[in-house]
Amino acid sequence: MVLTNSVLYQSQSLRPYLATVRASLQASLCLEDFSSQLVERHNRPEVEARKTVEALLNPILISRNENEQIFIETSVNSVRLSIKIKQVDDIENILVSKFTRFLMSRAENFFILRRTPIEGYDISFLITNFHTEKMLKHKLVDFIIEFMEDVDKEISEMKLFLNARARFIAEAYLTPFD
Amino acid sequence: MPQIFQFSHTPVHSHSFSHDRSILAITKETDVEVYNVSNPKQPKLITTLKDHDKTVTAVDISIHGRIVTCSQDRNAIVWEPLSDGSYKPTLVLLRINRSATSVKWSPNGYKFAVGSSARVIAVCYFEHENDWWISKHIKKPIRSTILSIEWHPNNVLLAAGSSDGHARVFSGFIKGIDEKPSTASLWGQKFPFNTLVGDFVSSNGGWVHDVAFTPSGDALAFVAHDSTVTVVYPNGGEGTPPKSILSVSTSFLPFTSVFFANESTLIAAGHNCHPVVFKGDETEWFEDHSIDDPNKNSTHESGETSALNMFKQLDLKGTVSGQNGSTLKTIHQNTITQLRPYESQGENVFRFSSSGIDGRIVIFDV
Repeated sequence: MVLTNSVLYQSQSLRPYLATVRASLQASLCLEDFSSQLVERHNRPEVEARKTVEALLNPILISRNENEQIFIETSVNSVRLSIKIKQVDDIENILVSKFTRFLMSRAENFFILRRTPIEGYDISFLITNFHTEKMLKHKLVDFIIEFMEDVDKEISEMKLFLNARARFIAEAYLTPFD
Repeated sequence: MPQIFQFSHTPVHSHSFSHDRSILAITKETDVEVYNVSNPKQPKLITTLKDHDKTVTAVDISIHGRIVTCSQDRNAIVWEPLSDGSYKPTLVLLRINRSATSVKWSPNGYKFAVGSSARVIAVCYFEHENDWWISKHIKKPIRSTILSIEWHPNNVLLAAGSSDGHARVFSGFIKGIDEKPSTASLWGQKFPFNTLVGDFVSSNGGWVHDVAFTPSGDALAFVAHDSTVTVVYPNGGEGTPPKSILSVSTSFLPFTSVFFANESTLIAAGHNCHPVVFKGDETEWFEDHSIDDPNKNSTHESGETSALNMFKQLDLKGTVSGQNGSTLKTIHQNTITQLRPYESQGENVFRFSSSGIDGRIVIFDV
């Protein structure tokens, strides 16, 4: 197998976590068209409607630590995937909430992004059978995994940038008192 | 070499070849397209059947050339071929109030069954007095969506897989249309309409995606969402336990379609995008080999195209090679929705066709 740059730079413990997420997603994304049993001529994501019990599967929680978790809820025609992004201090807290808000307010451009995350998580995706029909399934999985890799990188980059800027400003303010 | 048709990139939920293999009908969103494929190099669009207003879920062509389609708009339509190549639609009185999910002609082509989300199977037949296709409902003991339907070769029994994890065998005997089955079969003695002659549960209670009878009709196979294939050999119908229930667990993603190539071979395919062959008999079933196996297929790209792919990757993602290439190493690039026998000699099917979400119709050799 060819190792990409991102795989080489991944820390040792991130790799099994992402491999588990990938395998679980591949198994969860076996979706099919399923029109509602309850309402005439409706076809809705059963994982959101939650009215037909037999169409739902048991949810999966994959957890790297208490700050980094992924929650996969599967049904016959849709999968809801919620990610808890790593936040160790207040700065990361603010950065994550701003970043996810930025993405989610543009949710229609991302097709599979949900406008609000489910409770306890930072960002949620909703993938229906119509998405897996329009897009290649293995590419969707790749996208989610890449997103998970990138979001951590992005947040820590932003944090470094923010700290550097804060230091620069502090220095600039404090020079007159030298 | 497998033969590939790609008419569009929209999902094909169901396809059907006519008896002489010259006509192919495929579902395309709310329409059904009918092609003349007598010259496989140049398929020709004959007509588009347009009367449905929601996704068409299934299509089937009878041995007489009649096409039946059913859709999530709760209707089924029978299309009678006219001499000028067009088709005359007749709406079927289904009397269901949820979507129709699957449809199959009986082997003799005089009646068909429609599975639905309304917890009924409608067995439909032509009534000459009213000049209309009417239906009788099989209701009990169905409690959930019927996902698939298959007729027994004797035209009386039909099997149905449903989303509560049951595969059931019913009698679809209709007075005046069917002759009484002469001898008692392994499935039972008498078959008045709506008799439940077999009820089997998938091993982990997963949704039963598809059911199939052997060519003789003496065994039933079904595939469930827990990636298992189960074969049942009955022993006298409801009430008596079957001779054997053999379940094969696999490491593949769930199968969505299954059929028997002969009494001892069955072929299943689904979310793994390639067909898998199982062999066995009353004592044991096992996974034999894969057709179009991705592990054996070398990448089809020649030097030039892979260089092109490299720059494409570089342009799109900024990396030289993705962990997974842009294409799967199978012919189908997305889930296979349906398998059907294509060409057979006696009781041996040696070619079969598949349709996929990627819009491809492929004819494989067994």
